[in-house]
Amino acid sequence: MSMRKVAVVGAGMTKFVRRAQETPKELSWQASRMALQSCELTMDDIEAVCLGTAPDAFDGVHMNGEYLSDGAGAWRKPYMRSYVGGGTGVFVPIQGWYHVASGLFDVVLVLAEEKMSSFYPHAQAAFLTIFDHTTERALKPNLLWIFALEMNRYMTTYGISKEDIARVSVLHKHNAAKHPCALLGDADITVEDVLNSETLAWPVQRLDVSPVSDGAVAIILAAEHIAKRITDKPVWIEGVGWSLDTAYWTNRDLVYPRYVEYAARQAYEMAGITEPRKQIHIAEPYDPFDYKALHHLEGLQLAERGKAVELYISGAAALDGDMPVCPSGGLLGVGNPIAAAGLMKIAELFWQLRGEAGDRQVAGAPRRGVAQAWGDLMQVGTVVIMGR
Amino acid sequence: MNQRVAIVGVGWAGFRPATPEVSYKELMYDAAVRAYTDAGVDPRRDVESFVTVAEDFHEGTSIFDEYTPDQLGGALKSVQTITGDGLHGLATAYMLIRTGQFDIVAVEGHSKASNILTLDEITAYAQDPVLNRPLRFNTHFVAGMEMNRYLYETGTTREQCAAVVVKNRFNALANPSAPYGADLTLQDVLSGPMLSAPLGLRETAEHADGAIVMVLASEQAAQQLVDLPIWIEGIGWCNDSPSLESRDWGQAIYTAQAARMAYSQAGINHPLQAIDFAEVDDIYAYKELQTLEALGFFRPGEAGELTAEGFTTPEGDLPVNVSGGSLGCGHLLDATGLARALEVVLQLRGEAGARQLADVEIGLVQSWRGVPTTNGAVAILSN
Repeated sequence: MSMRKVAVVGAGMTKFVRRAQETPKELSWQASRMALQSCELTMDDIEAVCLGTAPDAFDGVHMNGEYLSDGAGAWRKPYMRSYVGGGTGVFVPIQGWYHVASGLFDVVLVLAEEKMSSFYPHAQAAFLTIFDHTTERALKPNLLWIFALEMNRYMTTYGISKEDIARVSVLHKHNAAKHPCALLGDADITVEDVLNSETLAWPVQRLDVSPVSDGAVAIILAAEHIAKRITDKPVWIEGVGWSLDTAYWTNRDLVYPRYVEYAARQAYEMAGITEPRKQIHIAEPYDPFDYKALHHLEGLQLAERGKAVELYISGAAALDGDMPVCPSGGLLGVGNPIAAAGLMKIAELFWQLRGEAGDRQVAGAPRRGVAQAWGDLMQVGTVVIMGR
Repeated sequence: MNQRVAIVGVGWAGFRPATPEVSYKELMYDAAVRAYTDAGVDPRRDVESFVTVAEDFHEGTSIFDEYTPDQLGGALKSVQTITGDGLHGLATAYMLIRTGQFDIVAVEGHSKASNILTLDEITAYAQDPVLNRPLRFNTHFVAGMEMNRYLYETGTTREQCAAVVVKNRFNALANPSAPYGADLTLQDVLSGPMLSAPLGLRETAEHADGAIVMVLASEQAAQQLVDLPIWIEGIGWCNDSPSLESRDWGQAIYTAQAARMAYSQAGINHPLQAIDFAEVDDIYAYKELQTLEALGFFRPGEAGELTAEGFTTPEGDLPVNVSGGSLGCGHLLDATGLARALEVVLQLRGEAGARQLADVEIGLVQSWRGVPTTNGAVAILSN
């Protein structure tokens, strides 16, 4: 028997902000409601709910999935929460996909929520608890340091300059200036601004980094026979993939994300994609740091190793280029409420492929896009291919 | 799309009150090796996806999925973690295989409860941070209130709840993996101290350490791998209201709805006639009675009486928790549902040793995630 086709039929998102007044439950409710309204459904139409949120430490709530359940709309419904660290935002639609593709459900609500501002004074401190309790935590590591190690390794291996990497931040923040939910959109930012920003852990500077944020995003998934009744423009989930590497990240060569490659190959195989550079028209790689977008474009096989930056230099990555990258504005521009930021990329592909992305609509009626997230200890890749 | 899914391998380590000589990774490894050997699979070559169940605060590590792949043989493969009970893990593997994209999937759950020095304080962090946590109640109070309401609505007595403890801990004496076997009287149970009235301390499961791994396969793969696959005939799960202020306190509606989902997949209309035995949640003794009623085996108020009469003993018409349940095996945190499922698999395979039931074909597994949650799951297995 062939596989059941699954479509995205609705999407909604809250504004991404530095400090939301709403509780995590309320953010979840807002996004769920917007997604339902976008396709004129109600909770009565939803058969199951999938939730993504990254560490419990941000909300400071044990069994946070249980706490968020009614806000997400899971009252008296089958409900599960999955997580793969920062990769969760692009994993939770995969979870929704297998709920529908299994044949157990026809219509599923997928929600990702993150409220990082509750962690006082700064969410960065929560990340101390992701490291190995015996070998690493005693060193008081912080995410900026390990990103600095990886960025440095990437730059020195391929001889890429900081100026060129800064182009990523500039393009994404420009794009985000056209996104109504963005936290750090900036139409006027320049490479000089990035290079002159405060150094956090060399070579990482403040404007190389996405902001800590609060927000929620929801999408509605439906099986083929239902999707065509809900909308004239379903966007199909054509391929999914995920790969989790060993926890011993210090043994890894940080120059290349092999786990992203494995996840991408799994998704491409399922989608029947043999030449991703020709068959993918929009890329939403995970960009918590500017070099990360380059790193991930290479893992996704959309650029040769060490050559992803040429997409930015040549203009191919721009909204009117041949391979628009992060037309949403990405995490660097829209903001980075961890799990919600990943699902934002799925929502962006949904809007772009339906031609509903407003001022950020990419040129040339794109047919297929890829969204990807990354997470854990330089460890996990999650990939979704969407097409119309 | 694969229609049918089977459990083709099980492995476990434990269950013991404390395991100071091994880490959680070693417990997981031990269980995984046994499960892969049982199924005759190589994790690096044959297992396509891995599902683990864990909660950050139980592990003391944020985004704990980071530390799951190595000891399971899952590095650079499709690994995910569900913040649910082991039955949610089974349901996830079941869905993955049914998509047709995966043929062999491993599920893991573990408990290293002995590592948690302040479990009551950790559990308190599961209370609503705005409305409930500031009251600074030990979270067991939720079970005390729920038991009180259940006794009031159904006319069940404390003695009938204590009969669950006597039965399950006695059953555990025949289970070499259960650390809390005991031959008790009703008076032994009732004379213990109160935990949260009317719930007594001796009606509450102690914790245990352990790990359980199961290998699931599509019909085609299962028939190639093993002689006696254990089929998942139905699986359901459901959440009710998380808020204490608006939930139904007397009945486990989440279990009733999860059961309805599982029964409809399995084509079961009369659970008591169709199902030969059950392994259900008994973290608190009253929960076994409340659950049996929610599962549709008995009408509200009947479970206590029938339990006191011996209807649910291994010799009775519906053996319940022959393994000893959580009261006998220990509460295994997120692995609890997998421990119950393990017993059903062993019974259906005829490998349950001294506690083997005669002529069993269909078994039911149910789990609940503990206070303060309203999250239940149900699975129907057959041989």
